[in-house]
Amino acid sequence: MIELDGVTFTYAGEATPALQQLDLRIGAGELWAVLGPTGAGKSTLCSLLAGFIPHFYRGSLRGKVRVAGIDVPGSSLGEMSEHVGSVFQNPFNQVTGARYTVREEIGFGLENLGVPRPAMLERIERSLALTGLSELAERSPYALSGGQQQRLAIASILALRPKLMILDEPTSQLDPAGTGQVFTLLRDLVSAGETTVVVAEQRLEWVARAADRCLVLQSGTKAAEGTPSDVLSSPEAEGWGLCQSRFSRAARAAVAQGVTPLGRQLPHTLDQAVEYFR
Amino acid sequence: MNVRLESLSFGYPGGAQALRQVSLEVASGSWLALVGENGAGKTTLAKVICGLLRPDTGRVWVGDWNAQEHSAAQLARRITYVFQNPDDQLFQRTVQAEVSFGPRNLGLPPSEIEERLIQTLEVLQLEGLRSRHPYDLTPTQRKFVALAAADAMRAPLMILDEPTTGLDGPALRLLDGYLARKRQEGRTLIAISHDMDFVAEQFERVVVMAEGKVLADAPAAQVFGAADLLAASHLEAPQLVRLAERLRWPTRPLTVEAFVADLATRRMAEARR
Repeated sequence: MIELDGVTFTYAGEATPALQQLDLRIGAGELWAVLGPTGAGKSTLCSLLAGFIPHFYRGSLRGKVRVAGIDVPGSSLGEMSEHVGSVFQNPFNQVTGARYTVREEIGFGLENLGVPRPAMLERIERSLALTGLSELAERSPYALSGGQQQRLAIASILALRPKLMILDEPTSQLDPAGTGQVFTLLRDLVSAGETTVVVAEQRLEWVARAADRCLVLQSGTKAAEGTPSDVLSSPEAEGWGLCQSRFSRAARAAVAQGVTPLGRQLPHTLDQAVEYFR
Repeated sequence: MNVRLESLSFGYPGGAQALRQVSLEVASGSWLALVGENGAGKTTLAKVICGLLRPDTGRVWVGDWNAQEHSAAQLARRITYVFQNPDDQLFQRTVQAEVSFGPRNLGLPPSEIEERLIQTLEVLQLEGLRSRHPYDLTPTQRKFVALAAADAMRAPLMILDEPTTGLDGPALRLLDGYLARKRQEGRTLIAISHDMDFVAEQFERVVVMAEGKVLADAPAAQVFGAADLLAASHLEAPQLVRLAERLRWPTRPLTVEAFVADLATRRMAEARR
């Protein structure tokens, strides 16, 4: 689904590259989490995979970028958008402003794709139901709270049935229940073979619960890649500037105080922590 | 700064009733977290307290001021509100101009403005960004610039809306350090947060809101120990509380330190057996 070879990108006017010599292979039907501190290149990678780089953000791009079978630099945003759906970090920037209700907002992309009306209505209702927005369907997008707008952004993309979904911190405005729903939904969609997901995320507990694979970025380069357990338990993980879960922080503190023996794999999910501290 | 809210109600024009008869008292120097699912009325309540919205009924007392009789600009001397989204707040061309905007409006002498600027930028590690445009900064840096702009007002009451959102590990540590200083200074602080781990660690008192009403107002340990209340308000207990429950411990540790202390006690008791 995604092939990057030796990708280096520098934003126009910047001296240092935002991504450097990045190689990456992501297969169809996988859920990937992109981790790293602020400024590591997570959002840049999301923009690249969605085609905003190089078709919207200017700069110098080197290397090979193929997404959903498309050579990204040789393509256009229009072509990319038929296969790739992206949810921005700030949902307030995503509402089109061209429609009066949540239902119409979700239908906006489908109208542009020329989806026939009966199919369109069916897809809208499904998106509303999957994101828990059915009861708000007649509201104005602007009368929604931050968390509701974030779910609307996801619903609008879902309706397009993209082969690949790129989500840049999609739960930043959501309450814990909403965050859980989004990750459960993404996991279910991927497990059902409906799409491939790449999500930049800070909340490691959810990454450990939902992701198949993780990529860790540091200053635009790949610091690690692997299953969530392997990556998050790496001895180097502490230096990556990630938000550690309280489970792994408690385990580290317990080891430091000699309450728990050294050398066991650190817990990142509740189940792992129960096993660890039992 | 003592704050008293007397049966506040507020409805958005043509929208839902956002606040229904909310009464609360926040003692000077105390810290309180407002939690609840999206749309519960938390942000609306914060905006009513700082005078950005006027309640339909009820009263807000900020110290000895009836907030109704003061403009938002006057109230800014006593309360600062840091928006959830820094982009709603930042409008100057440099970080320096942004952070000194408030103090300048207070009519402070230039030397005092400069002193506040230096101190605030240092505490939030923004010194190197003084002449940068806020929009050229990362979202995390913008969040700290917004916090700095509020901090420079030196208002006795601060309201922070989702302060941990989007922050990475080092940024969270910086925020923790900043909050520790504010605690020492005796600032009164209200935070709105979905981050229950953060709430459990920082706030002794938690107010749970749902559908514009106060559902519970109790010490953090009590709120996070009440499974029914959490379920009713669609909240999830902090990670360590969930862990203690699953381990069938009688305790509900709110911090990593408390958890490890409980663990050590249990291990010692097991060793004696």
